[in-house]
Amino acid sequence: MVRVRVPTPLRKFTNGADEVDAQGINVRSMVEDLDRKFPGIKDRICDETGKIRRFVNVYVNGDDIRFLQNLETALKEGDNISIVPAIAGGA
Amino acid sequence: MSFVKGLECRECGQGYPKEPLHVCETCFGPLEIVYDYDGIKKALSREKIASRGKNLWRYRELLPIDGEPQAGLYSGFTPLIRAHRLGEALGVKELYIKDDSVNHPTFSYKDRVVSVAISKAIEFGFDTVSCASTGNLANSVAAHAAKAGLNCYVFIPDGLEQGKIIGSAIYGPRTIAIKGNYDDVNRLCSEIADKYGWAFVNVNLRPYYAEGAKTHGFEIAEQLGWKLPRHLVVASAGGTILPKLAKAFKELKRVGLVEDGECKIYAAQATGCAPMIQALKKGTDLISPVKPNTIASSIAIGNPADGYYVLQAVRESGGWGESATDEEIIDAIKLLARTEGIFTEPAGGTEVAVAKKLIQQGRIPRDESIVISVTGNGYKTLEVVARSVEKPFKIQADLPSFDELYLQLTQPSSEKALAGEG
Repeated sequence: MVRVRVPTPLRKFTNGADEVDAQGINVRSMVEDLDRKFPGIKDRICDETGKIRRFVNVYVNGDDIRFLQNLETALKEGDNISIVPAIAGGA
Repeated sequence: MSFVKGLECRECGQGYPKEPLHVCETCFGPLEIVYDYDGIKKALSREKIASRGKNLWRYRELLPIDGEPQAGLYSGFTPLIRAHRLGEALGVKELYIKDDSVNHPTFSYKDRVVSVAISKAIEFGFDTVSCASTGNLANSVAAHAAKAGLNCYVFIPDGLEQGKIIGSAIYGPRTIAIKGNYDDVNRLCSEIADKYGWAFVNVNLRPYYAEGAKTHGFEIAEQLGWKLPRHLVVASAGGTILPKLAKAFKELKRVGLVEDGECKIYAAQATGCAPMIQALKKGTDLISPVKPNTIASSIAIGNPADGYYVLQAVRESGGWGESATDEEIIDAIKLLARTEGIFTEPAGGTEVAVAKKLIQQGRIPRDESIVISVTGNGYKTLEVVARSVEKPFKIQADLPSFDELYLQLTQPSSEKALAGEG
């Protein structure tokens, strides 16, 4: 079981919850599990080719999965996942 | 009167009302301001602009406020300087520096975006403002919040230059230094913005904030006699300013303030943090984030929010991009100071160093108008150049001591030895 922080634009899928539990051996299967619990959420996180959308960043324990193994990044019990809109910041 | 019709997703086109929103609910794309350009064209003229105060609100119809400006009443309208001596050094005919190192009140281009964001925060009724920053933005948000009487929290990476830390703290915000780099700060702030009901200028107010960057471009055109330069070099970090300069030039043509002309825009990054330049050179749209390693801390963003749009704007304009090493950046800071009397921070050094490189490569021709944007001030980052400048010569307060020193200083053979003593 991992803990997933849900950004505002996705909370209409999670009945308003800002954190939900999910299961999966890696990020890909975690997203599949989220979609089983909250149908439609995967289409918002991933594009039509199944990759994480350009404007979505996913972090595992604070690390950007693009520095890890992207969707294949392995997960373990108790990991904290953040799904964060990429459009932010400025310096 | 406002000419803002609403917000629209830049990717999928979905419309949104004028609210503190920055991300499309459907595709996570960025939201952009939609203006009534026909209305602006009727309302705005060169004469009207000329009759207004010398600050960025002289272009207010093209900025996303509904009421009167509430902040930054003295920000913007920085000098556009004909840089004869730097031009000579770089071997070009017509060179200008757009000098935001003297922007009011906190000496960087950030006073532009913050003027708009704080005005908007007040319009929306927020009582607390905040930002994720590499320093300059925090300085500006803290100063504008103080002037407006708003509560302020600024978030920065730890390990910033003293000038940037104290340059915020003096205005009385709460400063939170995050263990990590800017990208870590930014991620955390996205989550904080989601949870706390604050006006994060570069998160939930980002569509409004980013529009302020256009004024840098409006001013360049106005100061050139309502013409666009042929070439413009500007630093890219998060990617806010560059696409907004392209937008500014398009808008000027659309509302009839500039008749025609095209400007090629060139992105400048530090070699130790150049995800956009790497993508540009690879010919891809995909930006791989990097872990920054450069003295140019103000532009050390490894995961640029608007990177994709920087690439798009650069390519569309026919421009290009380059990166500069830390050594080249320091050399360029000194070159600008010693030819034009302008002291910039490493971001400005990067802009000058990259311009130099692109001219040497033949990417920028030597006989056309060139503007280099200088976006920050060197007095905030003294540490960076402290070891690259001559130290004062200490002498007794008597004339013979100086006579002796002067003799040494003016004897060519001893110059090296003296400098070595530093």
